[in-house]
Amino acid sequence: MPSHELGRGAGREPWDSGRAAGIIAEHARREGATLPILHALQETFGYVDGEAVPLIADALNLSRAEVHGCITFYHDFRSEPAGRHTVKLCRAEACQAVGADALHEDVLRRYDVAWHGTTRDGQVTVEPVFCLGLCACAPAALVDGEPVGRLDLDALADALTERAA
Amino acid sequence: MSITFYLPKDAASLALGADRVARALTRAAAARGLDVTLVRTGSRGMLWLEPLLEVATPEGRIAYGPVRPGDVESLLDAGLAEGGAHALRIGRPEEHPYLARQQRLTFGRCGIIDPASVEEYRAHGGYRGLEAALAAGPAGTVEAVKASGLRGRGGAGFPTGIKWNTVMLAESPQKYVVCNADEGDSGTFADRMLMEGDPLTLIEGMTIAAVAVGATRGYIYCRSEYPHAFAALETAIRAAERAGFLGANVLGSGKAFHLEVRLGAGAYICGEETSLLESLEGKRGIVRAKPPIPALKGLFGQPTLVNNVLSFAAIPWILEHGGEAYAAYGMGRSLGTLPIQLAGNVARGGLIETAFGLTLREVIEDFGGGTASGRPLRAVQVGGPLGAYFPDTLLDTPLDYEAFAAKKGLLGHGGIVVFDDTVDLARQARFAFEFCATESCGKCTPCRIGAVRGMETIDKVIAGESPRENLALVTDLCEVMTDGSLCAMGGLTPVPVMSALTHFPEDFSGRGAKLPLAAE
Ligand SMILES: Cc1cc2nc3c(=O)[nH]c(=O)nc-3n(C[C@H](O)[C@H](O)[C@H](O)COP(=O)(O)O)c2cc1C
Ligand code: SF4
Ligand code: FES
Repeated sequence: MPSHELGRGAGREPWDSGRAAGIIAEHARREGATLPILHALQETFGYVDGEAVPLIADALNLSRAEVHGCITFYHDFRSEPAGRHTVKLCRAEACQAVGADALHEDVLRRYDVAWHGTTRDGQVTVEPVFCLGLCACAPAALVDGEPVGRLDLDALADALTERAA
Repeated sequence: MSITFYLPKDAASLALGADRVARALTRAAAARGLDVTLVRTGSRGMLWLEPLLEVATPEGRIAYGPVRPGDVESLLDAGLAEGGAHALRIGRPEEHPYLARQQRLTFGRCGIIDPASVEEYRAHGGYRGLEAALAAGPAGTVEAVKASGLRGRGGAGFPTGIKWNTVMLAESPQKYVVCNADEGDSGTFADRMLMEGDPLTLIEGMTIAAVAVGATRGYIYCRSEYPHAFAALETAIRAAERAGFLGANVLGSGKAFHLEVRLGAGAYICGEETSLLESLEGKRGIVRAKPPIPALKGLFGQPTLVNNVLSFAAIPWILEHGGEAYAAYGMGRSLGTLPIQLAGNVARGGLIETAFGLTLREVIEDFGGGTASGRPLRAVQVGGPLGAYFPDTLLDTPLDYEAFAAKKGLLGHGGIVVFDDTVDLARQARFAFEFCATESCGKCTPCRIGAVRGMETIDKVIAGESPRENLALVTDLCEVMTDGSLCAMGGLTPVPVMSALTHFPEDFSGRGAKLPLAAE
């Protein structure tokens, strides 16, 4: 389960607790296995279903509250499926310095979506992130895990078309 | 005869179309019947020139950039394979003024070698540091690190040798070495560049550390915003294992070191070392109170050495050349070299590794060429989201931990973000609070609640609602956060806020400013 494939057209499988239990068992013996398990689940299903909580808790000998608390603490984990494509827009200072705020207003308006939301056709989920390490070619984004620099509306549309192909 | 090309696959180069250039080049070469080898490297850090294509010639490597897919045919027509003349020709990269003025100790191989190849790494001096460390033994190795004067590059600047010594002397059957690769600060990307462009330097540094302090297991905690760095680390770790540089018997020394890379999950606070350890243990990233320090009671309660990527990556050079050689660079108590990251509204952004002591102005003007927009520079934020905003009058401050502290700023991880005169510092101050509110771990009230109140109060100032009274409130709030926060997240958020207020009071008059965007 290569968790570095994070976001790249990931999560096409429908939720299946049996399959989830298998994934959990694969990682359960690692030291501090919670995050690797959550990443692997999200990688496979696109989100972490609520049914995973008792499964993980049992496998790792944790309380359900601990597992739930962990899922909600981290910005990455989703409790419901995202759109087909995920766009992470950098909202941090270096991107701000070259007009990211205004660009983001335009993006949200053009795709008629709010932060963390998915477009009505289910194609694109837009998420804010703080710095992608692409600060010297800002404004920056990750589109399904692939970096895009010097972002503008056209570059975003191109990246989405390329990902769809 | 085969022609060898070099093209980065660093995330920033990919963001600027490097893969499309690679495809265009491969296709065009095939159509012309050319026998081509394309080596994918890291980036040299001249990011305005990316994608930077290099070709091996008898006179050395010749670079062209920025190359777009549409340029490939005309480049080949111009005799690219022999380093022919073309509008995009840069010449030998080492002779480019941006690179020629640098002192690349840590980044010496980045952008030059194939990051996944242990053979190339060795051919460029790799693993000489580990050999020296094995010969010197643990105490000798720690002595060399102490002599180098190296201070943690993750932000706080704590002397690395002292930390290593503490872990070395701690008694325990299990110790850990942990690399903080969370690099959450805006405007910083040196960790990412090194992990993608020369991951074996980090791995060698961690191996030296493990042997020195007596640890057999190590983790690299890499942020999830860096999927390419994560993949590069996994590849490099496997290559090092295959070559016998990691595993049960490192270089035949009888010492074991098992290294694994773990992915974070999008939480800035997990860059704070105790929060990072909680996260590695599989918990929420809530900051632990210190003491006990991680060096004595860290991961799973065991003695743990936590260092930043660049701190570990400085180690191989130090062991190969000696601590004193490293300490010969720099000024005051800031010794060695600092990988500076120049970004934001700047014409030539990128990575610059030089000895400490250049002034901000030298970096921004000489290397950066001023603003990208061509408008006057107005503010510079150094040290990430918890760093101060400096006006033009402070640009002669040298890059030195103490000099920055004296100006109520912080050097942090060496990230420099340039803003032109369209910046609104009231908005930036609001953002500092907003960031803290979003990313606080929630353990202490001044940080968790204070940041939200700060944001609301700045909104009132911006709207022109009793600015004087509300600014007094902001100042009070900042004092409470400084004094009452457990870690630097809440404790340093007042730095960007108060620096904006102090140096740019005119932006807080509440007149003419437009309302900020509702963030989320
Ligand atoms: C809020 C906060 C965020 C931090 N983020 C990072 C980070 O992203 N990378 C890092 O190396 N250190 C970060 N640090 C500093 C670490 O706590 C720690 O000092 C460092 O990893 C020690 O390594 P060094 O001595 O090699 O710098 C952060 C500290 C705080 C308070
Ligand atoms: S200052 Fe903020 S981030 Fe740091 S421990 Fe307190 S609540 Fe957590
Ligand atoms: S600030 Fe946006 S990529 Fe770093």
